[in-house]
Order: sequence, then structure tokens, then C-alpha cells
Amino acid sequence: MERADVPGLVAVVLVTLATLAIGTWGLRFSRTTSDFFVASRTVRPGLNASAIGGEYLSAASFLGIAGLLLVGGADMLWYPVGWTAGYLVLLVLVAAPLRRSGAYTLPDFAEARLGSGTVRAACSLLVVGIGWLYMIPQFEGAGITLRSAIGAPEWAGSLVVAGVVLANVTSGGMRSVTFVQAFQYWLKLTALLVPAAVLVAVWWGDGRPGGPGGGDGWSNPVAGDGGIGLYTTYSLIAGLFLGTMGLPHVVVRFYTNPDGHAARRTTFVVLALLGLFYLWPPVYAALGRVYGDRLVTEGRSDVLVLELPRAMLDGVGGDVLTGLVTAGAFAAFLSTSSGLAIAVSGVLTQDVTSRLVNEQRGVPAFRLAAMVAVVVPVVAALLVRNVGVAQSVGLAFAVAASTFCPLLVLGIWWRRLTDVGALAGLAAGGIGAGGAAIATLAGYAPGGWAGALLAQPAAWSVPVAVLVMATVSLATADREPPHARRFLVRLHTPESLGR
Amino acid sequence: MRHHEHVRGGRLWRRDHLGSDADRAAFRALHQASLAAPALREGLTTASAERAIRHLRALLGTPALAITDTEAVLAWDGTGEHHLGQAAAVALLAIEKGGTRTVDRGQLGCSVGGCPVRTGVVSPLVVEGRVLGTVQAFAPTPTAGLVRATEEVAKWVSGQLELAELDAHRNRMIEAEVRALRAQISPHFVYNSLNAIASFVRTDPDRARELLLEFADFTRYSFRRHGEYTTLAEELRSIERYLLLEQARFGDRLQVTLNIAPEVLPVVVPFLCIQPLVENAVRHGLESADQTGHLRIVAHDRGHEAVLEVEDDGVGEDPEKVRRALAGDTELDSVGLGNVDARLRASFGDDYGLVVETAPGAGTKVIVRVPKFAPGVSA
Repeated sequence: MERADVPGLVAVVLVTLATLAIGTWGLRFSRTTSDFFVASRTVRPGLNASAIGGEYLSAASFLGIAGLLLVGGADMLWYPVGWTAGYLVLLVLVAAPLRRSGAYTLPDFAEARLGSGTVRAACSLLVVGIGWLYMIPQFEGAGITLRSAIGAPEWAGSLVVAGVVLANVTSGGMRSVTFVQAFQYWLKLTALLVPAAVLVAVWWGDGRPGGPGGGDGWSNPVAGDGGIGLYTTYSLIAGLFLGTMGLPHVVVRFYTNPDGHAARRTTFVVLALLGLFYLWPPVYAALGRVYGDRLVTEGRSDVLVLELPRAMLDGVGGDVLTGLVTAGAFAAFLSTSSGLAIAVSGVLTQDVTSRLVNEQRGVPAFRLAAMVAVVVPVVAALLVRNVGVAQSVGLAFAVAASTFCPLLVLGIWWRRLTDVGALAGLAAGGIGAGGAAIATLAGYAPGGWAGALLAQPAAWSVPVAVLVMATVSLATADREPPHARRFLVRLHTPESLGR
Repeated sequence: MRHHEHVRGGRLWRRDHLGSDADRAAFRALHQASLAAPALREGLTTASAERAIRHLRALLGTPALAITDTEAVLAWDGTGEHHLGQAAAVALLAIEKGGTRTVDRGQLGCSVGGCPVRTGVVSPLVVEGRVLGTVQAFAPTPTAGLVRATEEVAKWVSGQLELAELDAHRNRMIEAEVRALRAQISPHFVYNSLNAIASFVRTDPDRARELLLEFADFTRYSFRRHGEYTTLAEELRSIERYLLLEQARFGDRLQVTLNIAPEVLPVVVPFLCIQPLVENAVRHGLESADQTGHLRIVAHDRGHEAVLEVEDDGVGEDPEKVRRALAGDTELDSVGLGNVDARLRASFGDDYGLVVETAPGAGTKVIVRVPKFAPGVSA
């Protein structure tokens, strides 16, 4: 081991220990009746929003965006914009009604709204698919980070994170998930903000050197290539704006809100917290234009955030900042993949393993599910090695936008949605966007329009899914659930009115 | 039936796998009946009749079918809707005279050419000796087969309506049990609480006032009239008030420890399903006189479930007695244990009954598992 590896190693160990410690002891201090009222207080929107932020800001946000911006330029800013604005759509259309539906997971919502076990099963399948698609880049990012931080081979990083996540989930740990995730948000923000501030100061001290300038299209907010570029940009926007509401690990957190109003407040705070966070990756990218051109030519732009401190600062200062960003990156995939592992294994337990493992209900079935939930994406991450972290997260968003977005929006705002219509729409969107995602991950990338349509499917797959869902619902109008009207009234009536 | 066919042939898609013509007719009839059943299980209303009538007409194969209650038409399917007005009179025929009756051309008098509604068969829907309505089948010519079929369909519909009444009856029973549980707020508790409050009136008037307000809120929650379900947060708030009142009375003899994961507070539970468990624990914990009773209430978040534990270190109980209490034996003094168990099972299914760990002298621990979401359960 070399001296250069020490800060990264210390950071990784500290983050792991802190996470396990808060998860285990966060709520273990007991209370007496005199302050019982404190205990019975529900999770405040501020805390819950921090937790959502902690779970949501993944390796793609922490590492991916800065790298993408460095290489692709300003059109890649749509990633952070879309990841934030997704919560605006969620706030306006979905947050409060979803909470009032009483659903814990997306399959729960489908069952409550449409009263159909088949639609529920289809949703469970999609939750697992989207969760896995989202976990692959997290494990990939772990490999990149550990290689950059302590020189470990890439597969080692993926396995280490998968191991920690699995231990965390199966031990029945994460007792106070909310506190752990909230802690992760503030850790990630600090780990990005403090080094950024120092590095900007260093840049100022260097006499504010400029980068290669914007002449190469770096500052153009639309991808190049005329029509195709425009399509790619809009498709990316559609996928990210509409995909957030279909992410399984985000949706379960809304259950923690006591009512619809609190769900809206939480979403609002999430918007602010994400906005604050996403200010900083572009700073890294801009500094990278000056100090990190080497990474672009080497094709390692994903590690920009990790290597920039050492590229700009020598000695202890560089070591400390490197440790800090490594800690943030490690927290990023630890929290996101834990959240996803819990969401996916929860669905697997409910709908698959508890039926297979008949004798031993409860924890053993959950452990089996957690194993499956983590092992599959790790293996996939080890096999798939050519797609950038942010792009593959973008694909998970596209699938979510093409399936759960139509289901949620139509389910909440349109009485005439039927089970057959929902099933047809989910199939159309899932096969369309999912097929494109798998083709892209498998490395199939034709040129021209075909390539653009496959790499960024949302702009066609979302409208197709909505159209199919609506048309088939109208054609099967006699299957409209008898409780639809009553259910919609419940979704849209504030709790303060006659409960 | 030709069972040997698909054993020997092994080609399952073969036509005669589905049986003879008669078999297939029977399957079709059973399938239509199964489609009509869910609607009828909701009772006899316009909505349920409208959803069921299509399948019933397919079952009978008549050009027109009507379902009425004792006074008016609930649903009409098929052609000849201009006869709608006559259905009430036809219904009266069956209701007054009883049994299945036929209606001839004279009584239906139709001037529309090609209208198949020339004659009809009307059969009453009878549940527990009471006529609820009628089924009326119309055809161009009367046949003995149609009379028989209509009568059988009316009998089958009556059977489904009887099941619907049973369902409603069962729900009323559960509601009555909740009401009974509310009435079970022990007179001793009211008396003792008021006495305890009275003892503070001179020495600590502020505390007395606070306790009185807690008492008022506690009774308001417990006597709440509407809603079968509540949130865990509400239930725990009421338990807090209860424990404050008990602590006013027992002072340091009652030690309470709480460990509640805030994530599970929005979980929906049957109304008053935890409070009886706490009352039991307080009683058992303090029964061993001149000792301090320790009470522990814990709520864990377990992904798609919440787990609640109510534990005391009191005298414990004979497991056999607890088993009988859970089975519904109300003679025992474990107030409401069987009631809570039954309501949890009725709401969430048999996987979610109470688990009681106890032995004489070893304290008692009651474990409640509740899913975060169950279809049809909302606060």
C-alpha cells in the first residue's frame, strides 16, 4: 500500500462505520412517558426530505455529472436539471394523492387503484427491473472509485459495496433508515461543497486561468448533430422529468409522511436540497476544463471529482480533500444501492420468495430476497463495462418514465383507467424502453437516428405507453373498477376535510 | 368425461380435452355464473343488478331479461326496452301469488313489429322467506324449459343474495364488537382516574387541570363513533394519555419505556387494537403487589411491515389460558385479547394474528405484526 491510498481507505472505512453505527443505534435510546410525545411525533418534512436526498443522490450525481459535463459540455446540464425538476412534476401531480392512497410501494398503488392482482404482478416485475437497472451503475461506480482511491481492481470495489449493502439489509440493520439516509445527504453535500470551495480558492490564487474556451460547442445546451441532437436532448429531458416518480426507493419514502400536505412539503424541501447539491458538480467540471484535460484524453472522466483535488493541490491538503470526496462518493452508492436493495427485496419478498419459502415466513424469505436483489445487479455490473454511470442511470429513468409515470398520472387523474389498459400500457412502455435499455447496455449502438432512438427512448416510449394505456382503457370501459370514483375522491380530498 | 384421452394422447390442446358438448355447456354456464357472482355478493342494488344482468341473460339465452326489486326495475338487458314500464306490474304478480309465474301475450300487449318480448316468465328472489325482488325472462314463445331455467336462475341468485346478507351481517358483528370494546373502558379506570386527579386539585392544580384535559381527550378518542381504522400515531397518542393517567395514580410504581421508530407511525391499524394490550400489560405488571411494574412498548420498521411489541414483567399467564382467550373464550380476564386478534385477522388475513409469549412468573410479551399496506384498509 502506498501513502497515496491512505486517505481513500480511511474515508471508506469511516463512512461504512458511521453508516452502520447510526443504523444500529440511531433510535436505541429509550424514552420515558414524560417525553413520549416526542416519540410519537411523525417524521418532519425536513428530515424526510434530507433522507430522500440521501437516498436519491447516487454515484451518477456525485461522480457522473461532473465527468459528463467535462466531456460533453453544457447539454449535459440537463441531467442535474432533470433529476431536480422530476420532483417538481412529482410535487404537482403525484405526491399528495399517492400518500393519500395509503400505498407503500408502486405495486400497492396499482392494486389499490385497479383491484387487480395481475397489474400488481406486472408492477412488481417492473420495480425489480428498474431497481436492477439503477443498481448496475452504482456498483460500477464503486469499482471506479475504489480503483481511483486505493488502486484496487474494479471488480473488488463492486464486491465490497455489494457486501456492505447485503450485510446492512439482511442483518435487519438500518433500524432507523431515515436518520441514516438524512446523514448521507449532508455528508454528500459537505464532501462536494468543501473541496469545491477550497479548489475555487486555489484557482483564484493561480491567477484565474481560463480553459480552452467555448468555441468547441462546450457551452451549447443542445447536443450537436442537428435534428438528432435536438431529439436526444428532448428525450433526455422527458425521461428525467417523468422518471423520478417511478423510482421504487423514492416512492416508499413518501409513506413516512403523515399526510398528503406533509408529502407536498417534503417534496418542496427535496427540490431545494437537490438544487443546492447540483450547483457543485458543474464547478468541478469547469475546473476540470482547466486542470483535468488529461482525464478526457485517457477516457476516465468519471473520476474527475475524485482526482481533481490532487491535480490542483499537493501534500496534505490534497490528501484530506481526496479523502473527503472519496467518502462522499462511497456514501453515494452505499445509500442509493441500500435503498434500492431494500425496495427490490421488499417486493421480491412480498410477491415471490414468501410464496416459495412456505415454511419459514418473515426474515428468512427476506434474506433470500435480499441475496437475489443484490447478487443479480453485481454480476451484471461485472459483465457490463462500457456504459457511463450517468447514462445507465438515465436508462433506468427512461423505463420508469415509460411505465410508472403513465400508470401514476392516469391512475390519479383519470377515472376511466382499467386494469387491462394499465397492463397494456405497462407492457408497451416496459418492452419499448426496457428493450432499448438492454440493447444499449449490451453494447448495441447503431449510428444515426436508430442509435439515438435506442440510447434515449423516453421521447417515443412515454407517449406510446400513455396512448396505449388510454386507448385500451377506453376500449375496455366495462372493466372500470367499481370503486374508482370513490378512490379518486379519497386521493384528492385534503385530510383536514372530514376525516 | 373422457379422462383417458389426455393421459394417453398427451396433446392437451386436443378438442375433446374440454369434454363433450354437454360438458362444455356446463362449463359455459358455470363460467357465466361465476362472472355474475361478485356483483350479486354486494346485495341487490341498481349497480349490482346492472353488472350481473348481462351474464345472467347469457346464462338463460333469452332476448330480454329484467331484474326488479319489489317495486321497480333495477336493470334491463336485451331488446324491447319499451316494456320497461310493465316490469313492475309483472313483478307484483310473482310477489303476490308467490312462486314462478308465466305472463302471456295479452298481459304484455305489444304493437311493435318483430319485438321478441311476447311472453315472459317471472320468478321471485327469496332470502330467508322474504321476497326481495324478481327475475323476469322474456321470449317470443313460452317453453317449459324457459320456466324451469328461470326458476333455477332465480334460486341461484337468491343464494348469492343470501351470502351477501351474511357478509353484511358479519361486518355488523365486527362493528358491534368494536362498540363493545369501547364500552369496555373499565368503570374502575374512570373512577380511579378521577380520584387520582382529585388528589392533585389542592396540591398541584396545574397538573390536575392537565390530567383532566388528558382524560377528556382520552374518552373522546375511545368513544369515537366513525371509522373502523386509525393510524398507529393516533392510537399511540391515546395510549400516552392512558399511561399518563395511570402514572398519576401509581406514581413510580409504573415504569414505562418506549422505543418507537417514527417510520411506522403512519401505518393504518384497526381502531383500539393496541390499547387493550397496553391495559392488560399495566394490569399484569402491577398485579404483583409492592413491586415496580416495568412496561415496554416497541415499534420496529421492517420494510413492508411494522412490528409492535407490548411487554410487561408481571405475573405472566398460563399459555393454555391465553390460547383459549385467543380462541374467543370471553370468560377469562385477558380483556379484548381475542377481540384484537380476530380484528387483526379480519383486516390483514390469518398471517397477521397476535403472538403472545408468556409463562407463569415470566411476564408477558404480545407481538403485533401489521402490513404497511393492505387492500381495502385505510384510516
